[in-house]
Amino acid sequence: MGIKVAAGEVLALVGENGAGKSTLMKVCSGAVKPDAGQMWLGGAPFRPGNPLEARRAGVAMIYQELSLAPHLSVQENIMLGMEPAKLGVVRWGQVRQRALDAIREFDNPELTPDARVSRLSVGSQQLVEIARALAIGCRVLVLDEPTSSLTQQDVERLFEIIGRLKQQGKAIVYISHFIEEVKRVADRVTVLRDGRVVGSSAVAAITADKIVALMVGRQVDELYPRSDRAAGEVVLEIEDLAGPENPKSASLQLRRGEVLGIAGLVGAGRTELLRSLFGLEPVKKGRIRLGVYTGPASPVKRWMQGAGLLSEDRKEEGLALSLSVADNVTLSKLKGFGPLGLVLPGRQDRATRRWLEQLDIRCRGPRQPVASLSGGNQQKVALARLLQHDVDVFLLDEPTRGIDVAAKALVYKLINTLATGSPGEGREPKAILMVSSYLPELMGVCDRVAVMCRGTLGPTHQIDEVNEHMLMLEATGQEATA
Amino acid sequence: MSDEQATSNQGTALNWRGLLNTLSPVLALVAVFELFVLIAPSSFATVRNIEMIARQTTIVGVAALGMTLVIISGGIDLSVGSIVALSTVVIAWLLQYAGVSPLTAALGGVAAAALFGLVSGVLITRLRVVPFIVTLGMMLVVRGAAKGIGREQKIDVNPEQLAWLDDLLASVPQDRSWMLLPPGVWMMILLAVAMAALLRYTRLGRHTFALGSNEQTARLCGVAVDRVKVIVYTLCGAFAGLAGLMQFSRLTVGDPTVAVGLELNVIAAVVIGGGSLSGGEGSILGTLVGALIMTIIASGCTQMGLPNWVQEIVTGAIIVVAVALDRLRHRRTV
Repeated sequence: MGIKVAAGEVLALVGENGAGKSTLMKVCSGAVKPDAGQMWLGGAPFRPGNPLEARRAGVAMIYQELSLAPHLSVQENIMLGMEPAKLGVVRWGQVRQRALDAIREFDNPELTPDARVSRLSVGSQQLVEIARALAIGCRVLVLDEPTSSLTQQDVERLFEIIGRLKQQGKAIVYISHFIEEVKRVADRVTVLRDGRVVGSSAVAAITADKIVALMVGRQVDELYPRSDRAAGEVVLEIEDLAGPENPKSASLQLRRGEVLGIAGLVGAGRTELLRSLFGLEPVKKGRIRLGVYTGPASPVKRWMQGAGLLSEDRKEEGLALSLSVADNVTLSKLKGFGPLGLVLPGRQDRATRRWLEQLDIRCRGPRQPVASLSGGNQQKVALARLLQHDVDVFLLDEPTRGIDVAAKALVYKLINTLATGSPGEGREPKAILMVSSYLPELMGVCDRVAVMCRGTLGPTHQIDEVNEHMLMLEATGQEATA
Repeated sequence: MSDEQATSNQGTALNWRGLLNTLSPVLALVAVFELFVLIAPSSFATVRNIEMIARQTTIVGVAALGMTLVIISGGIDLSVGSIVALSTVVIAWLLQYAGVSPLTAALGGVAAAALFGLVSGVLITRLRVVPFIVTLGMMLVVRGAAKGIGREQKIDVNPEQLAWLDDLLASVPQDRSWMLLPPGVWMMILLAVAMAALLRYTRLGRHTFALGSNEQTARLCGVAVDRVKVIVYTLCGAFAGLAGLMQFSRLTVGDPTVAVGLELNVIAAVVIGGGSLSGGEGSILGTLVGALIMTIIASGCTQMGLPNWVQEIVTGAIIVVAVALDRLRHRRTV
């Protein structure tokens, strides 16, 4: 792939989740070493070994997650790592002066050198990051999804500052999902897909639709089996659900025997929706009905009510990595494994072996610690927990994240089997609510799909009435123009 | 060879390794013991000395059973030493001033100890303050309470009131040599078996491991995290209370200043036995071995006529070496 950005220009990099935007910029800022290829900065070869070297050379990156020290003041953060000092003693006068120089142009009353960063709004914190980049005299500024957590007002202010930096002759790379922003702020746009540049154009010469078409453009393959499914009664119903931050408003009805997908961008509030449904995050308002139960409930209750959640983060939350496969599979329901409520390891193992076989989980046995399994097998262990518990409502958050194609195919097949059920063998169809950032997967697996954008869940569409293009437009906050 | 055979072979290999893992603390114990048999005077390997080692291990050993549970759950309890002292004081007070039977007094001491454990557990879960800080505070609170009950003094107990209470850790008399070990030691062994079973075969035990391994996963899987924590700290308090009963049996007075710093020995026993301070790992067998190793070193050094400061240096070194070896073993098996 090849990209170019000139001084005094704003280049937008767009692409779906996982298209390679952030990785590319990590290479430029020295956080990741390239496997092959060359970079030039101002005509000279540029090979940063680490982020510090890149910064010294004048390339600074502002990440999605802010990387400030929250307990320190604004001036300390701006000068962090390059405090002017004499004999190891920090010269605070100079620190203050240089910090003041850097923040003066932002003209923001909240930004004073002594303010503690944790007290600032997210927008102002971001300005501190930019000030830090300016204070070391950077020439290239990379902004990775800078607006995803900003208020509209802060976004406006940021755009103004970007405009000013551009006039000062800085080169700016602006990474974003939001097409409208790109159209406003950028001069040129480059679209990435699957790690390649698929198009590049002056912003004025390309339409939003064309950009989205470039971002999506993939053909659906034969990964996704789909049997005849018959949607039954409504098992999960939520109305105007809101959490402390996200979701802001979500309503949906999930029926037995169907797969309902939730599309949207990272950070749109989809995970929070599932988590507040499952009692892992507080519910501020709205109605939830799960089967015959109404109102919010703790995870303990949710499991008993017949719902199970597959976490998006299997290493931090989904699995207890140091425990065995059997312990992980049976953890949510340690019942029926012996008399008097005892848990006999032999019976846990027997129950687990069934899933090892059915889901083709490659391991030495039920007692192997989960930590030593591959990502795909770990994910199957996490899924086996829901199957072992025999839940009715599956809440799946990014069920195929970070697993190989073979494991993905198995997950799709499993979802289809669950949703279809097999009345002959006495297996009722299940209800599946699935969050995914990968549109082809949602298109392939779901019966209906809804899009979440900035905390609000849109209307549900029948899958054959939409295409990836429309979903992407909706997710990026555009009016659907079908 | 078919796949199935391969799997079953691996299965047996795993079992062997698993067996070796469980037995490795015992092997370490035997090694340390044999070392002293070789270098210490011949009086070391006598039945009498072994019995003494068992008796001396009991106080730390009993307290360490509760601590094992806490450490597996990913927590820590620094108030154990203070609770031991409180328990001795409560028992002495009940015997001397309330005139209750020895059994009631003993139960009263354990109950008071469990109550303070409960308080720690409730504070940790309700205030969301880390266990280290809560139990550090409780260490002082409980020590103060013990001193308050004793009016800053030891509480002496009329010898007639004691009945069987001072026999718990006394050397087994000749006419009852069939007992082999004093009743207090038997009690520790029985409690250890019960705790090992609890950890392995009950929901509480499995939930404790899950909690220590990954609290978020436990929450996700519907483990009543707060309730498990409260129970764990309450049990730890109760075991510290039982250790206090043993301590009382040895001193026959209620002493509010006894067992200062004992919690560190108790934690060391758990850690030498393979417990991980980040939670999710530990075993009762390992803990007992850890406690025994520390006593053996102390006893061996005494018999060799080494001064106290040498013992302390050796014990300190053993703690670091034991844990380092354990980490090494882990890196290889996982």
